[in-house]
Amino acid sequence: MIAIHVKKRLGAFDLDAEFEALPGVTALFGRSGSGKTSVINAVAGLLRPDAGRIEVDGAVLYDRAARVDVPVHRRRVGYVFQDARLFPHMSVEKNLAYGGRHDRDRVIAMLGLEGLLERRPAALSGGERQRVAIGRALMSDPRILLMDEPLSALDAARKAEILPWLERLRDEAGLPILYVSHAASEVARLATTVVVMEAGRVLRAGAVAEVLSDPAAVGMIGAQEAGAVVRARIAGLDRIDGLTELALSGGRIVLPGRLGGIGTHLRLRISAQDVILAREKPQGLSALNILPAEVTALDEGPEGVAVGLLCGSDRLLARVTRRSARALRLEPGQGVWAIVKASAVAPDDVGGAV
Amino acid sequence: MIDWLGPEEWQAVRLSLKVSATAVAASLPLGLLCALALAKGRFPGRQLLNGLVHLPLILPPVVTGYLLLIAFSRQGPLGSLLEPLGVSFAFRWTGAALAAAIMAFPLMVRPMRLAFEAVDPGLEAAAATLGASRLRVFATVTLPLALPGVVAGAILAFAKAMGEFGATITFVSNIPGETRTIPTAIYAFLQMPGGEGAALRLVAVSIALAMGALLASEWLSRRIARRVAA
Repeated sequence: MIAIHVKKRLGAFDLDAEFEALPGVTALFGRSGSGKTSVINAVAGLLRPDAGRIEVDGAVLYDRAARVDVPVHRRRVGYVFQDARLFPHMSVEKNLAYGGRHDRDRVIAMLGLEGLLERRPAALSGGERQRVAIGRALMSDPRILLMDEPLSALDAARKAEILPWLERLRDEAGLPILYVSHAASEVARLATTVVVMEAGRVLRAGAVAEVLSDPAAVGMIGAQEAGAVVRARIAGLDRIDGLTELALSGGRIVLPGRLGGIGTHLRLRISAQDVILAREKPQGLSALNILPAEVTALDEGPEGVAVGLLCGSDRLLARVTRRSARALRLEPGQGVWAIVKASAVAPDDVGGAV
Repeated sequence: MIDWLGPEEWQAVRLSLKVSATAVAASLPLGLLCALALAKGRFPGRQLLNGLVHLPLILPPVVTGYLLLIAFSRQGPLGSLLEPLGVSFAFRWTGAALAAAIMAFPLMVRPMRLAFEAVDPGLEAAAATLGASRLRVFATVTLPLALPGVVAGAILAFAKAMGEFGATITFVSNIPGETRTIPTAIYAFLQMPGGEGAALRLVAVSIALAMGALLASEWLSRRIARRVAA
């Protein structure tokens, strides 16, 4: 259990963030300047709050009222910085061992660092550097892992290289992770809990599937970025056409590419702008993915209407114009057909087993 | 070289090396501390410390020498305190080392301070999150990364100490074998009829030592910079 309340005045910026998080990955999500990094710096002890309380797994790291302020080096936080911050004068091996040798062999194996140990940080690629930084943080035996946009300095190829490692970390290390990000696709892929921040305040906190599929949250996340997260199982593979058939709780959809073996569970992000709604079941459509759904909520924003859908037990999110919403006479309880464009799910949005 | 230099000249060279090495070695810890405080510290009186460190650079050397003489003479406020402990600076080679250390101090602190300022505080923060105490952060991250600047400061101070004249001659006079360093020896030879030859030989030694120190400093800092960055 993580319970965080941080108050801090930084010039004109006023941070007052409070949230609780369950085990797993908690994503601090928001635009740059919303105070996400300040929150994890406060958890690490690199930023001293004016007031508040920070508790991680039963250990109180900061409590203004009780005058507790554990110094940085005794907090046992593993911090993975945006820019890796490896020590340039030490080999990878020495960098890794700087904070301790906890679980050394397993960490090295999990992050694939065997071949890098002798090298200097200057001789590493951006993705390798981040992997070493993650390993270094893990080997210090932290009680929580703090990650400040660990992928933002990397290009798409490097991101794709690191994401599976992060998923393994989430699933294998059993360590609470606070993950700062402004990319909804990363959040959807990795997070268990999402904390949406804006201007130093927590707008919304909750389970990732719930928050990301909530029409009312579209405005906070950004219309382009909004999209629901669903769990899916690979039900079939079409080798000839190169397609994967996925079973969702409310029906089946087909995606291009081989996404894994039959029976594998996946986490899938379906972007709101790639879901089309229809009152009647459409016929003769090139899109293969037509799912029955029920409208659960509507939220009108400046850029259109966000529509929350229940499809089986999965929540989906669609975005339509105001005119379409009127024409379809959308209202909660209404049955509709949701059409998901087959190419709509980018490789980045397909995560490994949950 | 021994044949080439007369015994008096050789004595001055040896004494200069001893005085300068002692001056640098003894002032190094304080120099590091001042450089670190000026680079990273935020405390009241920081500007005052900065002024004090730089004062010997700006004051006429004879003023520094005279102040040392007042303070460390047998009857002086510091000299009378140290005398019972068997420590004496006045008219001793240790006094020459003290004068050299004080005159070289600003030159020692400046490159060190710049080097400490150039160390990325983000790396120090990263070390702290990995469980390193402030002392360990300094010893394993800050100091190794600032080492080229620290070495440059020490060598610069050594070179300055080798050339110190005004404060030394005012404070500890010009006693052969005790306080007659290369510069004061050159001065003494120039006062002597027929002393030009000896003076010129010491001038040549001075130039050689200065060039040697400069080259050594360049080589050393480049070597360390490579080790730190690569």
